[in-house]
Amino acid sequence: MSENQNPEPATEAAAEHESEVPAEHGYEPAGRAMVSIRGLHKSFGDLQVLKGIDVEVKAGEVVCVIGPSGSGKSTLLRCVNLLEQPSAGEIEVDGVVLTDRDCDLDRARRRIGMVFQQFNLFPHLNVLENVTVALRKVLKVDKATARKTAREQLASVGVGEKAEEFPARLSGGQQQRVAIARALAMKPHLMLFDEPTSALDPELVGDVLTVMRDLAESGMTMLVVTHEMGFAREVADRVIFMDGGVIVEQGTPAQVIGDPQHERTRTFLHRVLHPIDD
Amino acid sequence: MSNTAKAEPGPRSRTGFTPRQRRKVGIGGQYVALVAVAILAITMVDWERIQVNFFNVDMLGEVWPELFTVGLVNTVIYTVSGYTLGFLLGLLIAVMRLSALRLNRILAHGYIEIFRGVPALLVFLILAFGLPIAMPGRELPFPPFGTVALALGLVSAAYMAETFRAGIQAVPKGQVEAARSLGMSAPRAMITIVLPQAIRIVIPPLTNELILLFKDSSLVFAIGITAGTADLSKIGNDLATEHSNSTPFVLAGLTYLLITIPLGYLVRRLEARQAKAR
Repeated sequence: MSENQNPEPATEAAAEHESEVPAEHGYEPAGRAMVSIRGLHKSFGDLQVLKGIDVEVKAGEVVCVIGPSGSGKSTLLRCVNLLEQPSAGEIEVDGVVLTDRDCDLDRARRRIGMVFQQFNLFPHLNVLENVTVALRKVLKVDKATARKTAREQLASVGVGEKAEEFPARLSGGQQQRVAIARALAMKPHLMLFDEPTSALDPELVGDVLTVMRDLAESGMTMLVVTHEMGFAREVADRVIFMDGGVIVEQGTPAQVIGDPQHERTRTFLHRVLHPIDD
Repeated sequence: MSNTAKAEPGPRSRTGFTPRQRRKVGIGGQYVALVAVAILAITMVDWERIQVNFFNVDMLGEVWPELFTVGLVNTVIYTVSGYTLGFLLGLLIAVMRLSALRLNRILAHGYIEIFRGVPALLVFLILAFGLPIAMPGRELPFPPFGTVALALGLVSAAYMAETFRAGIQAVPKGQVEAARSLGMSAPRAMITIVLPQAIRIVIPPLTNELILLFKDSSLVFAIGITAGTADLSKIGNDLATEHSNSTPFVLAGLTYLLITIPLGYLVRRLEARQAKAR
């Protein structure tokens, strides 16, 4: 990615576990805010899924959201590009308040890439067309340029030779990398990852995580819902632990994963990191 | 008494037969009935007259050409024009049926209920005889083709709309989410991503609809058409009257089968292929 707004490369921040930020709320990284979530509530009928979330993500920051299933982390992510309409609160991405009633959501979403757990490639289009379709139909890029951009993007995630195949012929890992290329082709300012490796066979997880790490190192702002603690530890600038629709604690990976302050965080991490002993 | 029947091979019915005996009697009874009908048919029907009236080989040469060059050609024109109209209108109504706008949903629902609930014959009669009175001086284009196409289109649109709706709803929600996350508007996502997949899903039932329409085109009989625009059934009837012989009826029927049996075979093939792909 050429657009590197990151004041300090993500790798350094990730390597630098012992930073001086406090372990709990109030983490204040330097730099321009890419995402501001203020007082976010979301209910499905009577079920309150998000109960007041405040998060700020700086440009170039990589934030991993962890937590048990049902904690609201996927819903939080889906609220950021308004795939879910928040019940209350404000979402601002890249200076645009998406929750404004007269916000042009289609336009705003062009700059917010999203990668889904189930890949959601378009099965009736081949790999190349999967990447070019939004370039052509949304950004109105001419065919030749779109194809060129798509080929470059596919090559950069290591599936360049699969351009003419249909998604069904690809492994899960390849499909997810195509999905990443599809999102990146739009030159997003922010990438949302919703459990991108949860549907993959274990031996294919590494390829996808490598692509994501490279992307993080290139300075992309990323909000990642994941169960991959290794990835969070290595790549994230900040880890947010959610449970029951609230943020329980957040901080650097070393703080949240290495030295959790809350009992709920400890219980969760223990279950994830040591699934079979008691 | 019946509760002491522990050692019986199976429960006995009121007739006192075991299930196996009952099955034997059932099959035997069917054979007896079939033989009885065959004997009746052989003894009571004058086979020579049947043959002369329905299967008159001499009629073949006189009837086939006109059946094909006029009857079949017109039937195909009626069917294809009606089908095309029904397809497009059905697609529109299906999309309206799933619209966010309540009025659209109500209109589409009303349309479907009316045209599925009213006999196609009545629609033909209204368009052919009612409309000219209501709109004097105006006429549907290419009489009677415009009237027939409209009548068949209006009726088949209701059925096709329901088929399309099922197809659209069978496309996973993630497809729309992926499309919207790339900045596509809702209509754009529908046209570019959802409909191509939905139509693929409903090709077998849509082919079935084509078969039904092919036969329903014979309803033009009711609106009084001239010899040049006669469909298969009408030509069959005309020729039968002309020659005082029923062989044209049989030949017209065979001509229908010439189209419907291969199409039906095609539908089963497509269905089997989809079942396998799933």
